[in-house]
Amino acid sequence: MRLNYILSDLGIGLRRNLSMTIAVVVTIWVSLSLFGSALLAREQVDLMKGNWYDKIQISIFLCTKDSGGRGCTGTEVTTEQKNRIKQVIESNPDTAPEGVFGETKKEAFEQFKKLYKDSPIVSTVTEDQMQESFRVKLKDPQRYQNLVSAVSGLPGVDTVQDLRQYLDPLFNALNKLRWGALLAAGLLLVAALMQISNTIRLAAYARRREIGIMRLVGASNFYIQLPFLLEAILAALIGAVLACGTLWLGVYFLVKKQAEETFRVWQWVGASETFRATLIMVVVGLVLAIIPTFLTTRKYLKV
Amino acid sequence: MIRFENVSKTYEGQSKAALLNVDVEIEKGEFVFLVGTSGSGKSTFLRLVLREHRTTKGHVMVAGKDLNRLASWRIPQMRRQIGTVFQDFRLLPNKTVSENVAFALQVIGKPRSHIRKTVPEVLELVGLDGKEDRLPDELSGGEQQRVAIARAFVNRPMILIADEPTGNLDPGTSVGIMKLLDRINRTGTTVVMATHDVSIVDQMRKRVIELENGHVVRDESRGVYGYQH
Repeated sequence: MRLNYILSDLGIGLRRNLSMTIAVVVTIWVSLSLFGSALLAREQVDLMKGNWYDKIQISIFLCTKDSGGRGCTGTEVTTEQKNRIKQVIESNPDTAPEGVFGETKKEAFEQFKKLYKDSPIVSTVTEDQMQESFRVKLKDPQRYQNLVSAVSGLPGVDTVQDLRQYLDPLFNALNKLRWGALLAAGLLLVAALMQISNTIRLAAYARRREIGIMRLVGASNFYIQLPFLLEAILAALIGAVLACGTLWLGVYFLVKKQAEETFRVWQWVGASETFRATLIMVVVGLVLAIIPTFLTTRKYLKV
Repeated sequence: MIRFENVSKTYEGQSKAALLNVDVEIEKGEFVFLVGTSGSGKSTFLRLVLREHRTTKGHVMVAGKDLNRLASWRIPQMRRQIGTVFQDFRLLPNKTVSENVAFALQVIGKPRSHIRKTVPEVLELVGLDGKEDRLPDELSGGEQQRVAIARAFVNRPMILIADEPTGNLDPGTSVGIMKLLDRINRTGTTVVMATHDVSIVDQMRKRVIELENGHVVRDESRGVYGYQH
């Protein structure tokens, strides 16, 4: 196989089809970017679920001097009230065995300092302002209503927080975003496939004399297909690299610079997830370029 | 070298057969004229030898191989043993004479050293030495056909197929081309040439196979073009 001949052929082919090649590159670029975002959205949901969702805890915050919940009377919760609340939680049939954890003011303050360590707010808050709480693990995370209503309003209970209430809308939004991105990516990939096969049709027509002679003198099918294949692979690679760059920029500006600053409570997708996504993108891009090229060249370069 | 066994070919969508029950055997080293009017089946005959089409019925054997049983990925290998020349030359207009000839070797993966040695040899054989760097449109029709013959012969095929190679040439030039084909034939290459050219066939006195409506109507060694002579 004469590499320099094939490479010069590739150069000629790319120049001849420059506008089509650019169209293919751009389409692959945009569609793979969307595809990558969808992958990352999925990783993000998994990450958030991994931290909170699958061991969902209902948080029951207890009264302080300043809290104005239904069960509060403007004084600190008493030990008696705490025992009573704990008993109610533990006897509830939906509470998982050994599923009740108490968090003291001290622990709450430590946690607070850890989460907001870079924020000036830490210096203005004292341990005394923290709320004691019970964190509850449920047998079935879906059945939280029963316990929530059982403890709400008990003397000493300030507020009852159910994480699901906060996270479900977020997960819904992320999922919709993901499916939307996947749909758009799919449509664009179909467009890319058609563009590739069109480009090849044009290129095969432009090179019909050469191809005719190659077939006549007995060049192998693979040899005839190779320039087309290399052309498609090159276009797909350029598109995939651009898409990977786009994804990295997106992660940097939207996740690192924005989301992580604003919502520090959660873990966000980072370099390792992005790297995994870009690998998948490159593979998908290559496969999507190679398959239609093989099919189209077989059709137009029939022996 | 080439054997047709009861071969029929009907093209898709056509009711009339292009070839019907053709039995022909061409030995190694023979020079054969294929004559007949347009549409008599000459081109179909040549295309079947090149395995551009499959037979509808019967078998075409080339160099002992049944082309119907040849896997499609082996076809290129088979075609490397056959050189082909056409009426319209089919040269690449943007390549020089020697590049056109070298192309045939490059695309079948021959090493560069082999190409550098072989191309000048074959250009000398066809009488084009000194014109290696010309482009096809700087050459006369006869010279262009010599380039095409050089390209067909450069890989030393066992068979040379020529489809009306003198169809676009004046009689004087045609004689030169025929002398060249005769020389190639004398190296042991089997030559099958489809032609309308009466005087050439009559002069050469080689085997003549005449086709009419897809049938072989005449097969004479040392024949002439037609009965009218």
